[in-house]
Amino acid sequence: MRLVEPEGFGANGVGGGDGDERLLELSMGPQHPSTHGVFRMNVVLDGETVVRLQPVFGYLHRNHEKIAESQSYLASIPYTDRLDYFCSLSNNWAYVRAVETLAGIPVPERAEYIRVILAELTRLQNHTVFLGFLLGDMGGWGTALMYAFRQREEILDLFEALTGSRMMCNYMRFGGCRCELPSGWMEQARAVVAGYPAFLDEMEQLLVENEILVARTQGVGVVSAEKAVNAGLTGPILRAAGVDYDIRKVDRYGIYDRFSYRVPLGEHGDTYDRMMIRLLEMRESLKILQQAMADLPEGPILHSDVQVRNLCPPEGEAYCRVEAPKGELGFYLISDNTARPYRYRIRPPSLINLTLLEEMSLGMKIADVMVILGSIDIVLGEVDR
Amino acid sequence: MISAEQIREHVLHARPDAGLELISNLCPSCQDSLLVAAEDAVEVARLLRDDPELRLDYCSNVTGVDWPERPVRTPPGSAPAGQRMRAEVAARPGCFEVVYHLFSMSLKHGPVVLRMRTENRSDRVRLPSLTPIWHSAEFQEREVFDLYGIRFDGHPDLRRLLMWEEFEGHPMRKDYLPPAEDDVREPFAAARNRMVQ
Repeated sequence: MRLVEPEGFGANGVGGGDGDERLLELSMGPQHPSTHGVFRMNVVLDGETVVRLQPVFGYLHRNHEKIAESQSYLASIPYTDRLDYFCSLSNNWAYVRAVETLAGIPVPERAEYIRVILAELTRLQNHTVFLGFLLGDMGGWGTALMYAFRQREEILDLFEALTGSRMMCNYMRFGGCRCELPSGWMEQARAVVAGYPAFLDEMEQLLVENEILVARTQGVGVVSAEKAVNAGLTGPILRAAGVDYDIRKVDRYGIYDRFSYRVPLGEHGDTYDRMMIRLLEMRESLKILQQAMADLPEGPILHSDVQVRNLCPPEGEAYCRVEAPKGELGFYLISDNTARPYRYRIRPPSLINLTLLEEMSLGMKIADVMVILGSIDIVLGEVDR
Repeated sequence: MISAEQIREHVLHARPDAGLELISNLCPSCQDSLLVAAEDAVEVARLLRDDPELRLDYCSNVTGVDWPERPVRTPPGSAPAGQRMRAEVAARPGCFEVVYHLFSMSLKHGPVVLRMRTENRSDRVRLPSLTPIWHSAEFQEREVFDLYGIRFDGHPDLRRLLMWEEFEGHPMRKDYLPPAEDDVREPFAAARNRMVQ
């Protein structure tokens, strides 16, 4: 923490020239309860108002891409779990889809359904925890988060029963999925989905009309649709700004074109809209889940002709993306027809969604910065890779 | 869905002198790309973004690729189907590539793959920054600069993104050698010694 002279920071008309006009440069993070990991911001404050903000990255960097380029295609699947560690199944799907596109591997229908079910369950638990953390960032530390964690644990129980791990699932494979659903899994999953609306109603009642929450979120961290598109924002925070762009609808990847669901859109692009979008998206995810669970066909879950080990895709490249809970998660692979990817690149939604963090925060109070950051929903495992 | 060839013709119609080359991709993804000459890149990018038929308003992914000098393994033309890319790669001297994946949010099409190449891998590694066209490239071009050492002219804030300032070298280069184990154990030794002094 240090005091800096106002020159260069544009603090026009502030203070009376008696020394009070000096700005405060504050380093927030990397150890901070609300930075959602080891994330640092250099914030310049005029009183409590933010006049400049610089994000600092890299504290969790382990060069995942370099590691992946030195091992086989298969060996990177468990590593993708560690990107956005809340959503390992979405990460799995994005990666295996990129390899399937690169090598032209078909996926059996049952596996496609299971993937959709798991991806939507992942979205549910991600958005649930997001609400808990956001409330924590606003000062409601503990209560909301515990409600959210209790509900999330029901979904993580399903993941554990299926994959053996709550969060590091390592479940999908090129051309399908690793193992068949255990007996009784589908009944348990149906019960979780059936019980979810009651939790959402309760959460919504707690949130929507809460005066403090409205005061802390409405008009805070506003982003226009035009700037959001140019800055490459994706996922719920893009749609909160009113841009109709959901990759499940645009690319119709997997079997998403078979389900009936809507894409909720915000109007104001503020923190309140970003929060409400998640609530509405969860209700749409429940619709997809009910349809997918009702239609789940019998059949194999892994394409029988695929060489999962020592896969050597033909020479070429592929960029492939999915609508992960946090935005567009893309994988870009270049193959030189060997067993290791020549180039392996992750397009991390969390990193690129931070592009407008400074713009959202300028002119806001320091306490709002935490709420704005919370409303973007980042995970540092993915930001820093 | 517009093909890369159609986009190339469309751009050349508006700017006949622009250096724009089609690079075909024979793998099942069929994602062809356009290689744009560095000096025309900003103009072409602006055209791609603003043209009413293309409206590539969203730059999703920006990344670097390292192509070191390689001996020619198969002469171009004689490679079997699916292997033409290697023949091309092997036949040319080393370079860095920057790859941009563009989409249109308003017209809902893409990806359009745009590439740029540096002249070599040592002293001529400057390319124009496309951050003024697509703000989303800001952090990603910083990452490419950090991990590949490609310098982007016109970038508003070209600093390392993931590695620390004192770090030497560019780890994603194919010829990067990790430092000796002693240095790995104390990566901040140089910075700390400076602080002690």
